[in-house]
Amino acid sequence: MPDVAPIATLEPAPVGPLKEFWRAYAQSRGALIGLGLCIALVLIAIFANVIAPHPPNEQYRDFTLTPPVWGAGGTARFILGTDPVGRDILSRLIHGTRLSLAIGVISVTISLTFGVILGLIAGYFRGLTETVIMRVMDVMLALPSLLLAIAVVAILGPGLANAMYAIAIVLLPHYVRLTRAAVIAEAGRDYVTSSRIAGAGTTRLMFSTILPNCLAPLIVQATLGFSNAILDAAALGFLGLGAQPPTPEWGSMLASALEFIQRAPWVVTFPGLAILITVLAFNLMGDGLRDALDPKLKR
Amino acid sequence: MPLVEVEDLCVEFGPTSAPAIAVDHVSFALDEGEIVGLVGESGSGKSVTALALLGLIEFPGRVDAKRMTFAGHDLLHLSGAERRRLIGKDLAMIFQDPIASLDPCYTVGYQITEALAEHGSEAERRDGGARRLRAIELLEQVEIPDAAARLRAFPHQLSGGMAQRVMIATAIACNPRLLIADEPTTALDVTIQAQVLTLLERLAHERNMTLLLITHDLAVVAETAQRVLVMYAGQHVETGPVPDIFDAPRHPYTQALLAALPEHNLDRERLRAIPGHVPGAYDRPPACLLAPRCPYAVARCSAEAPAMHGPPGRASRCHFPLDDAGRPTHGWSAAERVAAT
Repeated sequence: MPDVAPIATLEPAPVGPLKEFWRAYAQSRGALIGLGLCIALVLIAIFANVIAPHPPNEQYRDFTLTPPVWGAGGTARFILGTDPVGRDILSRLIHGTRLSLAIGVISVTISLTFGVILGLIAGYFRGLTETVIMRVMDVMLALPSLLLAIAVVAILGPGLANAMYAIAIVLLPHYVRLTRAAVIAEAGRDYVTSSRIAGAGTTRLMFSTILPNCLAPLIVQATLGFSNAILDAAALGFLGLGAQPPTPEWGSMLASALEFIQRAPWVVTFPGLAILITVLAFNLMGDGLRDALDPKLKR
Repeated sequence: MPLVEVEDLCVEFGPTSAPAIAVDHVSFALDEGEIVGLVGESGSGKSVTALALLGLIEFPGRVDAKRMTFAGHDLLHLSGAERRRLIGKDLAMIFQDPIASLDPCYTVGYQITEALAEHGSEAERRDGGARRLRAIELLEQVEIPDAAARLRAFPHQLSGGMAQRVMIATAIACNPRLLIADEPTTALDVTIQAQVLTLLERLAHERNMTLLLITHDLAVVAETAQRVLVMYAGQHVETGPVPDIFDAPRHPYTQALLAALPEHNLDRERLRAIPGHVPGAYDRPPACLLAPRCPYAVARCSAEAPAMHGPPGRASRCHFPLDDAGRPTHGWSAAERVAAT
């Protein structure tokens, strides 16, 4: 048999995965705006103590219900005005960023951890295990999320920590379903058989081989779950079941300001705007991530 | 002593009352350093045989064999941990679609060194640098240019031929004694096919590694294998050395396979095809599986199941094995021929 020539051409060095991802992500302007806003929010949260002009819980009894600086009677001392007991709204909003981001991170992390593990177990072992896990999740999904959160908080008692656990429980079924579907799709693929042949045991197959290939939809769902968590925390706070006064959580700020919606609309508007912008930022980022990471949408 | 001994391997799927038989009492042995081709059409049970050997047939498949040993170890009754220690180190397998067989999340370098970290030598198990050097060495052995840079590549960044070479590198990393190649070149174009086959052959000779080449392509087998096992509908129907088995096949199925090759039909307008279809799960003939389609079938073929018989190394499963001229022997008479259904 004649000699065959070895591969002659040298292919260019492959592009690193991070650069490839950034190139895909940066294609969407909305995604970049979302990312910028999220970074800004994180910085505000980190440097809250430095940025905020006043302590969030300091009551200025002489300045209750002061309008924002551009309104009649507003002063530059309280740029966004004050609330009914004289606390600076801007400072409370800035410190509230910390709380909202913390709620988002903690709830989503707890939910994601348990959700991924349950989903992996259900998707890998199938059979009775899968049936039990998924039916329990179905029960949780059958209840409206806010009702479920309220029920959990009613059992655990009001407070920010309990609100976070409640939100984590509410988010759980989504991650379980997503992970299980992804695991079932990946478990039949050739590279899993290859790994099994190379001698990988069950744990290694589940966590090292299959799980990393299921991460893309999970990352997107986690980002969107962030904004869900913030909204749910605000709702719980609004109902008096989440953060308790004087914590400057945006939802509780809304609750305590409802009666002033006609007299002093700024007390209601600015916390609402803060929630809106934060949720929008995370949703934009989540959409951008999905466009960049979802192989089915790749252009 | 042969490296692999399989006796009466049966693999079935589905309910025990009406099982779909994928592998039907297959027996063979592989010696050290041999290159054996396992040939058959799609659905003949070749891949299932290999997977059964490695213990990868799971519920609802059932594996049963009188004997299935590898280097003396009984493969039928291994515990999970023992099996994991054996396969991956002494037994390796590569698959048809190389890019799908590599984990898309990890670099090529990681996947090669993964096996080394588990089954490698002392130094390799301890030291990441030693593993990396060995990975580069392996990539160079499979003729991948610029091996060091290639370690950082992800599977989707490789072409089919490169990916198959990476698969081969991963498979031979721990110096296996048996490499099963399941249609290694089917997904590749012809020029790369030739390169990969030459590579496999060279590696087998250099390392005295037994190579079981599973394929439906007779040309691949003629090129590379020393011995051929032909399978049909889950049964082992013929075995013989290359090129004898191609010059003088003993079983009508092998003869028909060879007759269907375009090279042997240059004088005709239509390829000689085998009439009928491969028996599925529910229409397996009671005796000889080829009887409904065989041009030489007589009444005995549908009444009595033939056993593998013949000189050692040249057995075939037929009552009337063909002679060197391609005519049935052992008292076959054309007058008794039953028309193929």
